[in-house]
Amino acid sequence: MNAIETRALRKVYPAPAVKKRRGAPAPPAPPSSGIVAIDSLDLAVPDGEFFGVLGPNGAGKTTLIGILTTRVRITSGEAVVAGANVMAQPADVRRRIGVVPQRPNPDRSLSVIENLVFHATYFGISRADATRRGHELLERLGIADKATAKVDQLSGGQQQRLMIARALTHDPRVIFLDEPTVGLDPQARLSLWEILRELHAQGRTIVMSTHYMEEADQLCDRLAIIDQGKLLALDTPAALKAQAPGDTVVEVTFDADASAAADIARAMDGVSKAEARGPLLRVFSKRGGELIPALIDAGEAQGRVVRDIHLSRPSLETLFITLTGRKLT
Amino acid sequence: MTAASLPPVAPSRVFTAILLRDLTVARRELPYFLVRTALQPILFVVVFGFLLPKMGMIPHGYVTTMLPGVVALSLTLSAIQSVALPMMQDFGFTKEIEDRLLSPVPIYLVAVEKVASGVLQGIVSALFVLPVARLIMGPIPGLSFGNAPLLLAVTILGGAAFSAMGLYLGTGIAPQQIGLMFSVILAPMIMFGCTYYPWAGLSHVPVMKWLVLINPLVYVSEGMRAALTPTQPHMPIALILVALVILIALFMWLGLKAFDKRAMS
Repeated sequence: MNAIETRALRKVYPAPAVKKRRGAPAPPAPPSSGIVAIDSLDLAVPDGEFFGVLGPNGAGKTTLIGILTTRVRITSGEAVVAGANVMAQPADVRRRIGVVPQRPNPDRSLSVIENLVFHATYFGISRADATRRGHELLERLGIADKATAKVDQLSGGQQQRLMIARALTHDPRVIFLDEPTVGLDPQARLSLWEILRELHAQGRTIVMSTHYMEEADQLCDRLAIIDQGKLLALDTPAALKAQAPGDTVVEVTFDADASAAADIARAMDGVSKAEARGPLLRVFSKRGGELIPALIDAGEAQGRVVRDIHLSRPSLETLFITLTGRKLT
Repeated sequence: MTAASLPPVAPSRVFTAILLRDLTVARRELPYFLVRTALQPILFVVVFGFLLPKMGMIPHGYVTTMLPGVVALSLTLSAIQSVALPMMQDFGFTKEIEDRLLSPVPIYLVAVEKVASGVLQGIVSALFVLPVARLIMGPIPGLSFGNAPLLLAVTILGGAAFSAMGLYLGTGIAPQQIGLMFSVILAPMIMFGCTYYPWAGLSHVPVMKWLVLINPLVYVSEGMRAALTPTQPHMPIALILVALVILIALFMWLGLKAFDKRAMS
């Protein structure tokens, strides 16, 4: 059975209203179509999968998770989560999912353990069971010593753990995490990875959005790469990496337009593709970093000065650049 | 266990659990809550119900007119604030209400629950102010608890109308405009709410008598007058009750619409 299925999913946000100011000329009318956040998205995530949604900021990741967690209205299409339709049966969906938000939003009027106990009672769990389970979860997530603390006394990483504990209080089968490691220090991030692996090992379906390649690569069974609301690629991390062009991406940033340098680069031996985006020269190189001196020369011959050099080996990152024309972060 | 086999939860159970959360938080904040909602009515009681009569500037009989108004004021002030303030906070930067919006009930129930909690908090505030006012003002001629059903009806309907208004204000107004809400909406409402004078008294200024009818507080004040001091002139009871029901329907409709707009994108 599929934990998640979407068909021709589309979300358009209304264009922001433009206020007219007296005296000022009328601003150009916004496009009446609004802002397309998700565009004809078809997904199927089988039960028990660790599914990653990878994309840069603004790609539509948060909107997608918002739709699947019943918090964002669908414009057209359909989404079924844990056997219930998100628009027709939102309460049934909510009964079966756990959500870890992008930014921790604990109930600040309550203590740490109360956050878990009350949340569990919202799902019909008795207070006694909720209390027992709450302490178990705090223990498992390593914040048992904070049970009676106010949530404001927790660090960012501890608040994130509290959010995970909260998402687990009603024993959901599908867990959604929206960029859970943003803002965490490396150590907190690694320990969060451990927790997620453990949840996955218990057979739960996990859907996680991220813009960190390494995270997606390490944790996910399958990855959807999305940008501008569209699905660009969907496969296992290994298969996606195999799709990556066998080239190293060399990026040289000059102080001004790089198009002349790109023309020179295209003629070089071992260059499969070269493009200029303003002052950025991007070259797909079969000879790794060996081309760098020649590329610098090409720019300097045009009177340019080098500001920055970046080199990416064949990876999910170079695949992403090939697919979207932009970097993830 | 498959996802679909999780037992369904009765909405009433979820509703009660969320209400219990609000009451737990309210109980902890009781001193602040009473200061916020009962201090202003009590200060009025001290000046108009104690000091001025003592000085002989107001006849002591005035306390009979004033008491129902003060009870109405504390009921409505606390009902409106118990809903509007948490709504502004919850939908603001912290998005704390999210954990309740993810509970397995239709989201309008989360809003209805807030209104129910507002009614209960309004009752607490009114129950607090009534004996304090009696203590400060001394014996109140004409005070009667004989019509308990009417008192209960006015309290619950009045509390519901103002909680629903709080829902609308709390979800429909930007947090930056909260100061404006107090000075532009609440202050005139209090002064022209027939709290410190009976509606019948406005016969001396006929324009005002009709203008104040758009003020929801008028019906609660007059309702309290009809229930607590029935010998005082007051509006017909049927008119009061019908007006309150219409106000509840209006503010619930506006409030649920604004709530839904904030809760779902």
